[in-house]
Amino acid sequence: MTVPQLGTTVRLMVNGAPAVLAVDNRTTLLDLLRDRLDRTGTKKGCDHGQCGACTVLLDGRRVNSCLLLAVAVDGREVTTVEGLADDEPHPMQAAFIAHDAFQCGYCTPGQICSAIGMLDELAAGWPSAVSDGVGHLDDAEIRERMAGNICRCGAYANIVAAIREVAGGD
Amino acid sequence: MREFAYTRAHDVDSAVALVADNPGARYLGGGTNLVDLMKLGVERPDLLVDVTGLPLDEVTEDEAGGLLIGAQVRNSDLAAHPLVRHRYPMLSEAVLAGASGQLRNVATTGGNLVQRTRCGYFTDPSKPCNKRLPGSGCPAVEGLHHNHAILGASDHCVATHPSDLAVALAALDARVLVQDLAGPREVPLDDFYRPVGDRPDRELTVSDGALITGVLLPPPVAGRSGYRKVRERASYAFAVGSVAALLAVDAGRVGEVRIALGAVASHPWRARVAERSVHGGPATPAAFEAAAEAELDAARPLRDNAYKVPLMRNLIVAVLTELAGR
Repeated sequence: MTVPQLGTTVRLMVNGAPAVLAVDNRTTLLDLLRDRLDRTGTKKGCDHGQCGACTVLLDGRRVNSCLLLAVAVDGREVTTVEGLADDEPHPMQAAFIAHDAFQCGYCTPGQICSAIGMLDELAAGWPSAVSDGVGHLDDAEIRERMAGNICRCGAYANIVAAIREVAGGD
Repeated sequence: MREFAYTRAHDVDSAVALVADNPGARYLGGGTNLVDLMKLGVERPDLLVDVTGLPLDEVTEDEAGGLLIGAQVRNSDLAAHPLVRHRYPMLSEAVLAGASGQLRNVATTGGNLVQRTRCGYFTDPSKPCNKRLPGSGCPAVEGLHHNHAILGASDHCVATHPSDLAVALAALDARVLVQDLAGPREVPLDDFYRPVGDRPDRELTVSDGALITGVLLPPPVAGRSGYRKVRERASYAFAVGSVAALLAVDAGRVGEVRIALGAVASHPWRARVAERSVHGGPATPAAFEAAAEAELDAARPLRDNAYKVPLMRNLIVAVLTELAGR
């Protein structure tokens, strides 16, 4: 083991592009994305893991980037809201627009990243507090699985509709 | 946040060697609680030893038919694991009742057991708190305590343990695997937490630098089991009370019975008084109510949390009745 230092060089893949940065160990993944890499699509809400605005995909899994130290995710792959679209918006982005699934939009990048990660969890057969993970994705299921994303505007009804459409529900 | 050094542990021995003799060092698991506490200034480590890369991230069967859960198994992987879901459904239910999808993807099994209370005085360094600063006092006794302990608390601290997972582990007779400089050993979950007493800052019976390496579940016992959690909103909130229970009924009489209570004490509360009361008797709501009353006879509610006594009584009766009737 090397002698510990107060700073560390971190290597990440962010939206498919390599990033190598020397960081103060106190830097969170959220602050690294926003302040060092100018990826300001990921939002800082509570900064305590309670609101979900900072949700990104880490090696494909949804996580709160505000509670992850950048040094602890060295070598990993991060996808932010900026990395979802190809030439066209990601289907989840398109559905949020089609269903008017936001008012102020501040929680939206986190909602969209979380919803994409959530549908992958469902596809993997993960259970939830309301079901065993198989069968129809109803509104109660979407609401439970998306409970980690708060919307102060209260756009939940349209958020649920957008996710239901992408999931292929009714 | 205070500056700190960071290093990744490559094996258990060297991780333990780094932390054991350094009171300013902390193990870093998922960090969902520790990093938050560092932001708040409650934790001020000068060294983080990241243990997430240790080979402790699998769920495996042991020779006895039990299950070994590595300390670094993420909550979401634990809840979704086929062996956990089929043999210990109560554990999967408890994990899924806690936190959010994002947090469960990161939080670890070992970290869950040693997460700290969410008492508002503990998490605010501008306030006195015997758990954070021994001898400074406990404002919660007279202050905001509507979700604080009713069992096993003292005048020094009335905080609760926030875990759901640990409540199920208590009911499952789990054993915590730890390693310190003296070597590896097993501690029953029931003995892993200290009574509050006059030193609420001393939460665990194991040494300060001990590393949790895993949790061992004994082979499943016959019976129906479940985890039920009451909270102030439908999802993503800490419990105001929870029950993990297992019940086996044969010809109307109760055989094996396990009951553990959450959010009522400084640690998962194994309700042994209620278990003894129910064991061997009729599997009826009246018997369950008498058992719950007997357990809660020891309750010492505070000014604003007396509601928890009938709440827990009703919850115990409801869960046992449902398990007996299924």
